[in-house]
Amino acid sequence: MDAGLKKKLEIQACKVRLGIIEGVFNAKSGHPGGSLSIADTLTYLYFAKMNVYPDKPDEPGRDRFVLSKGHTAPALYSTLANRGFFSTDELKSLRHIGAMLQGHPCITIPGVDMSSGSLGQGISVACGMALSAKISGDAYKVYTVLGDGEIQEGQVWEAAMFAAHYKLDNLVAVVDNNGLQIDGNIKDVMSPYPIVDKFKAFGWHVIEMDAHDFDSIEKAFNEAETVCNQPVAIIQKSVKGKGVSFMENNVSWHGTAPNAEQYEQAKSELEAALAELEAN
Amino acid sequence: MADVKKIATRESYGNALAELGDKYDNLYVLDADLAAATKTGIFKKKFPERHFDCGIAEANMMGVAAGLAATGKIPFASTFAMFAAGRAFEQVRNSIGYPHLNVKIGATHAGISVGEDGATHQCNEDIALMRTIPGMVIINPADDVEAKAAVEAAILHEGPVYMRFGRLAVPVFNDPATYKFELGKGIKLADGEDIAIIATGLMVNEAIEAEKQLRANGIKATVINIHTIKPIDEDIIVEAAKKTGLVLTVEEHSVIGGLGSAVADVLAAKCPTKLIKIGVNDEFGHSGPAVELLKQFGLSADNIVKTATEAVKAK
Repeated sequence: MDAGLKKKLEIQACKVRLGIIEGVFNAKSGHPGGSLSIADTLTYLYFAKMNVYPDKPDEPGRDRFVLSKGHTAPALYSTLANRGFFSTDELKSLRHIGAMLQGHPCITIPGVDMSSGSLGQGISVACGMALSAKISGDAYKVYTVLGDGEIQEGQVWEAAMFAAHYKLDNLVAVVDNNGLQIDGNIKDVMSPYPIVDKFKAFGWHVIEMDAHDFDSIEKAFNEAETVCNQPVAIIQKSVKGKGVSFMENNVSWHGTAPNAEQYEQAKSELEAALAELEAN
Repeated sequence: MADVKKIATRESYGNALAELGDKYDNLYVLDADLAAATKTGIFKKKFPERHFDCGIAEANMMGVAAGLAATGKIPFASTFAMFAAGRAFEQVRNSIGYPHLNVKIGATHAGISVGEDGATHQCNEDIALMRTIPGMVIINPADDVEAKAAVEAAILHEGPVYMRFGRLAVPVFNDPATYKFELGKGIKLADGEDIAIIATGLMVNEAIEAEKQLRANGIKATVINIHTIKPIDEDIIVEAAKKTGLVLTVEEHSVIGGLGSAVADVLAAKCPTKLIKIGVNDEFGHSGPAVELLKQFGLSADNIVKTATEAVKAK
């Protein structure tokens, strides 16, 4: 990846993470761990990859994004706000009564292409969008992000069969393999492994990616574009809670908001990282 | 009755899709390995490139329909009522209802008249389930003419619509030359002051037959066809209740949560009136020929006459 772009994305991802922490802290609830693990991927998609139009969020030719792991809405909202779809001030009222930003993605929010949050459903909707583009000969791509725990849902595999059957090569499904779900390690709760082999067996082209390295991210999404007649699964190895020391790889941060002290610490860590990036 | 034409409303559904496919080029049909039974196979034959089989995976089919609708298509997701409203309830609620997407659900093989397949496939709960989803329109047509009109009305309505069709061939009593379908409007088929019989779907024809017998016995009944269960025509219900002071609902659905409950809600709020419900009581169905099952479960003109006569006498 071009060094300038890489620096820009790293700075942007840091701001996205700050927005996630701010949103979840002010909401006093929400899911910081899995939001932080997809922050770099969403930053890449919205700042370097997808054709999106913050001034015209419903532009018909835009690329589509469905957050199948909808509980990590803070990551999507922070990304959209930083990209200019709405003010970053909205993040402060995440989950509040009367607020625009609902606990899970809602289609009425500018830039949100589909309501989601009930696990397993987003990938089916993404399949429908991709099929729709195929039918009409539209050039837009459809991206969706699933959790590694989410793929325990049977509907995911119904959709996996469908996407391969209809050769949806305009569909990219990212599986966020941070290894943790609410009840613990995914291996202990209900192992979805081997994830790569499963998607291959369902007829998908599978790419493995380091979720926190923009070189790896760019390489994976570029490879995805070269694939014909097959949907693409990107299995990203990620760190739950990435970027905030005490949240990293700690399952208790799946669905807990930081208290004031923890918020200050998380914020100062991310601000320090941001300052270092901006200084160099 | 021998010369009355009989057509199953699922057949009407398939024929209507095939006919309307020319007029609405944005119409697409999804199936879950039941195109032959839901009769969307008729559409598939004419428009193979606009028909997509999803295999035996109804949950995914509802999501795919949502995705098609979110990108401007008008998808008809077709399967049996048991799987459309039952198995895929949560997908219909969260992926279609909550984002209020323009998906049309064609649910065939509804009710006890599925017949020999028995209880696992006799869906008597779908109206109750769909009624609870905000913004969902529910249409339960009574015959071929009404069913075909309902399909076009569903296309013209922006938002999710659940349409309920039957497997059993039933008499065509509406005249296609004069019939007019208005979404959300009930149709008064007879006007009498002793009792109001409010029916839906396949039970409308039974109510019409019952009214003739009641009239011969000196009981004058109002008969109303409620084809749109949500939003329901409150005015026509209140007017009939005020006129007769006695309401009888008839439906091929559980007495819990269906037409009877919807009418009860209207009456309780706007015009408290004695209400009797004919429907499938709180029990599962079983195998048997459809016509015999309908009789056995009291879903017949004879039982409407009997129930109405007793109720009028007790007034």
